[in-house]
Amino acid sequence: MDLRLRRKLTNIVALFLSMLAVAFGLFWLFWILIDVFKLGVNAIQLSLFTQMTPPPGSEGGLLNAIVGSLVQVGLATLIGTPFGVLAGVYLAEYGGHTWLGKTTLFINDILLSAPSIVVGLFVYAVYVAQVGHFSAFAGVLALALLVIPVVIRTTENMLVLVPDSLREAVFALGTPKWKVITRVTLRASMAGIVTGILLAVARVSGETAPLLFTALSNQFWTLDLDKPMATLPVTIFKFAMSPFADWQRMAWAGVFLITLGVLGLNILARILFRQKH
Amino acid sequence: MPGLSKSELRMTDTTLQEPPATALSPQITFRDFNFYYGKYHALKNVNLDIYRTHVTAFIGPSGCGKSTLLRTMNRMYDLYPDQRAVGELRLDGMDILDKSVDINHLRARVGMVFQKPTPFPMSIYDNIAFGINLQERLSRSDMDDRVEWALKKAALWDEVKAILNQSGMSLSGGQQQRLCIARGIAVKPEVLLLDEPTSALDPISTMRIEELIAELKEEFTIVIVTHNMQQAARISDYTAYMYLGELVEFGVTDQIFIKPQKKQTEDYITGRFG
Repeated sequence: MDLRLRRKLTNIVALFLSMLAVAFGLFWLFWILIDVFKLGVNAIQLSLFTQMTPPPGSEGGLLNAIVGSLVQVGLATLIGTPFGVLAGVYLAEYGGHTWLGKTTLFINDILLSAPSIVVGLFVYAVYVAQVGHFSAFAGVLALALLVIPVVIRTTENMLVLVPDSLREAVFALGTPKWKVITRVTLRASMAGIVTGILLAVARVSGETAPLLFTALSNQFWTLDLDKPMATLPVTIFKFAMSPFADWQRMAWAGVFLITLGVLGLNILARILFRQKH
Repeated sequence: MPGLSKSELRMTDTTLQEPPATALSPQITFRDFNFYYGKYHALKNVNLDIYRTHVTAFIGPSGCGKSTLLRTMNRMYDLYPDQRAVGELRLDGMDILDKSVDINHLRARVGMVFQKPTPFPMSIYDNIAFGINLQERLSRSDMDDRVEWALKKAALWDEVKAILNQSGMSLSGGQQQRLCIARGIAVKPEVLLLDEPTSALDPISTMRIEELIAELKEEFTIVIVTHNMQQAARISDYTAYMYLGELVEFGVTDQIFIKPQKKQTEDYITGRFG
């Protein structure tokens, strides 16, 4: 009886401590979300989506920053995904056990956790400094470099999860290896890989540091990849740091939009992943 | 797994018979065959004939090498770099171990069904069509006919004919396994290797698959690995008893189960061991 009571008490204490930890974490998260929501929703108006970023004191919107973000994140994903998926396939299906494979995986994990500002500086040094001016293309490069390790890791992880019994069954029909991969193993892990890509998109769409040295920002509308281009994070950074109340308000609107976007991507990723698992 | 008791065995004594003398030709031959997992010597000097259009069962305790032996016949072990086979292994005279053998062609001739059902992540129709597309180009209607033929052979057609576009993963375990068998025979192999095909299935699905095997042996040479001795006794014409990587005894199934030549075999079959 005594033992049982002690176990019950230990259980209650442990449960209490874990719930306290959960509450602590959620508290800050919800505080942030509520603040973003309160300050952001107030600043949302139609002109945000129709007008360009204004000089201080005049009316304007975030159109060029929103489109700039979409263009750069979109292009970075388009460039980074094929590299990431192909490298992931190599690591999972071909070279995972070789020296090259193991080293690549190790370096990839370092890249995965490398501060994004390092990637920004790298692109600055090898591209921006060479051509002599900031450009959206440099921003795309920096973001793509951040996308690639995430996609490599998820692709590799998801392919390794495909049971060898399935792989053997495909080989047993006399299937050449490339067909085993393209027709079956990649297909079997498609939901996971797409989830990984979405999470990579979510990650880079909030990146600011790598863009400061590459795409910089632009007060005006442009779709020219060879010119500096605005993005939401950098615009938020610039506006939030400014002393002007209307700029600060717009920064909150931008934060709200990004949060909503990333939340949407995460939910989409979860739905996709759940369908298969 | 309990073995057959002596009295049960005696009851079937009258069924002891010689193998039919006609159409007995070895299709696959093992001569002084050895197999290694890295340094581990898993199969030792195996000599064995697999007869055309008969069912051969491999029995023996876990780890005795029966699955290993099965997986050499379509060179499944090639997928793993540290596994290798030494000796002679021939399919209708062709040296299976020869490096120059077109392995995809070999696997088209020697099909395999695994312990766990492994439907591909695609529709039921495409699961069957997949293997056929690798070997030949069929018109849409010929392909339809072939898919239907294979599903009928595997006794699955009636259950799935209305849902051919559904994912193969949506079927029940027993249906999935019959789908895998249909997939295996759709490419019209000469030999079908079955690696404990019913160990993950319920008794009714098991029965259906056993009936299926009895039908399939009219056309295909079948080699089955099983942990279930009653199953081996029910469905096979020949039985090989293996222990610790050696082929202890091989013969007509009734012979092996009723009058095994070796004490070891008898102990295993009567449940005194294993």
